Amino acid sequence: MMARRLLHWIDERFPLSKVWNEHMAQYYAPKNFNLWYFFGSLGLLVLVLQIVTGIFLTMHYKPDSALAFASVEYIMRDVPWGWLMRYMHSTGASLFFIVVYLHMFRALLYGSYRAPRELLWIFGMVIFIALMAEAFMGYLLPWGNMSYWGAQVIISLFGAIPWIGEGLAEWIRGDFVVSDATLNRFFAFHVIALPLALCFLVYLHIVALHKVGSNNPDGIEIKENKGADGKPVDGIPFHPYYTVKDIVGALVFLIIFCIIVFFVPDMGGWFLERANFEPANPLQTPPDIVPLWYFTPYYSILRAFTYPFLGVDAKLWGVIFMGLSLLVPFFLPWLDRSPVKSMRYRGWMSKWSLGAFVVAFIVLGYMGTKNPGNTDLFWFQNVRWAQIGTVFYFAYFFLMPFYSKWDRTRPPPERVR
Amino acid sequence: MNDNSVNTARRRFLTGVTAGVGAVGAAGAAVPFVASMSPSERARAAGAPVEVDISRLGPGQILKVEWRGKAVFVVNRTPEMLASLAEVEPRVADPESAESLQPDYARNRERSLRPEVMVVVGVCTHLGCAPLEKFQTGPQSGVEPDWRGGFYCPCHGSKFDLAGRVYKGVPAPTNMEVPPYRFVDENRILIGVHHGAEVA
Repeated sequence: MMARRLLHWIDERFPLSKVWNEHMAQYYAPKNFNLWYFFGSLGLLVLVLQIVTGIFLTMHYKPDSALAFASVEYIMRDVPWGWLMRYMHSTGASLFFIVVYLHMFRALLYGSYRAPRELLWIFGMVIFIALMAEAFMGYLLPWGNMSYWGAQVIISLFGAIPWIGEGLAEWIRGDFVVSDATLNRFFAFHVIALPLALCFLVYLHIVALHKVGSNNPDGIEIKENKGADGKPVDGIPFHPYYTVKDIVGALVFLIIFCIIVFFVPDMGGWFLERANFEPANPLQTPPDIVPLWYFTPYYSILRAFTYPFLGVDAKLWGVIFMGLSLLVPFFLPWLDRSPVKSMRYRGWMSKWSLGAFVVAFIVLGYMGTKNPGNTDLFWFQNVRWAQIGTVFYFAYFFLMPFYSKWDRTRPPPERVR
Repeated sequence: MNDNSVNTARRRFLTGVTAGVGAVGAAGAAVPFVASMSPSERARAAGAPVEVDISRLGPGQILKVEWRGKAVFVVNRTPEMLASLAEVEPRVADPESAESLQPDYARNRERSLRPEVMVVVGVCTHLGCAPLEKFQTGPQSGVEPDWRGGFYCPCHGSKFDLAGRVYKGVPAPTNMEVPPYRFVDENRILIGVHHGAEVA
């Protein structure tokens, strides 16, 4: 009774029940969500984990090139539970990308980017790019040698832009080389500017989602089939049905998360690179400079270009195509001409294209961790594989208007299965 | 037009002018914020010349010094190393250093004032990594089997010869940069001041 009166008191002053009903208890989601639909809520969970652990790391970390490396060691050795905060944060970063990549793959699989969800997809792509910036800037903060040289390489990318490039790179660094000024500003971006932007973008992503409603594995609109009560017949209220389901996903995720944090926090050099356990040294590049695994597909595209073409040198081509590889997916909703959304009802052309794209992405990712001149896979040098992967990566997008139209599709069902 | 009607044209004009002036103001206010991220006066002042003593640099040895936060490589080249420059000429992209950055007094095959003493900025012209010295000839990781010695960038596989000249078919576009330098005397180099320039 007290609680009811309190709720009433609040509702008179703040639309609490209204918001709860619109977005949870009376928000209808398709009833046929499968495993792929865990990754949206998991992304939200990791975002919260990163913000919370990040706040506690900030209490002990020093954004100063003379102190940063030692302050991370201090967190690891002397701060009570500091090691846990740091390993949660570093593991969370890698798992964030795993979750986001799987979330994006789900969209490709079921056509979730198609009308009317174009803006939802575009907000998602902006989140992805903001997340990449957040991860890149965070990676400089420990001021290890790989931090230093990773930043050096990526900021130099801007220097390849004709005319304004060098000035732009200096403006980003705040110095002629990566230095204390760079570290200090990356700290500012990493702990306040980008997290704020990310939270706002996630808000926009969810607002857009709740306007158009979720897609589903059948790729049909549940809003087109409503019962007498005006509710979609194939929809179920998000709460309690999907809140309970998502909790199961969160538990499985947290089990995996804890196993990594407690037993393999460096993941054999994949989540924490060995070269980063020594302090930044401007005179000594690590023997094999590689970004963390989640950047390596794009890094491979960057260095796949080794010959000048049309009077533009190889370096600029690499930068252009790496930029394009992040820009082209924005146009996916308009590149796809298939009459159906879901891969379930598409023909062999779309299925093989998506399969080839996934393989190309993994090959690019693998080659990004390897020395380009060596031969780590069969037949070709690594750089040649990266070039093949780059061709397949772009072919997936640029040929989509054709194969998605020519492909033989099956009619999707009236109701979800 | 009566007195009660709204003059929408005037309202649109005023709204437009207010928005326009506001936009100009916002752009003006952004200038100090954007400019504050440029290199500070302290960072600009840090680019002083560096003196290097090469009296103890043996033949075939390399010395790395820091100048303006970048590594500068000083190599005492042996006659064999100098001989390799002519041999690799067909394999380098810019043998005459036409497209590359160096002072005019270093635009020659050796890219140096004195043939045996090489001075280059140890920064790969691709994306700014520090190339590794691979002076040993022959097969080894990352380079071709008939390697004649030079520099190899571990980041993206760019290769340079023993004058910092870039090989063909690698991502780096130009030869390694030669900084301004002069000999103070037989054994001392001043990096950051041009040959022939007055020393302050």
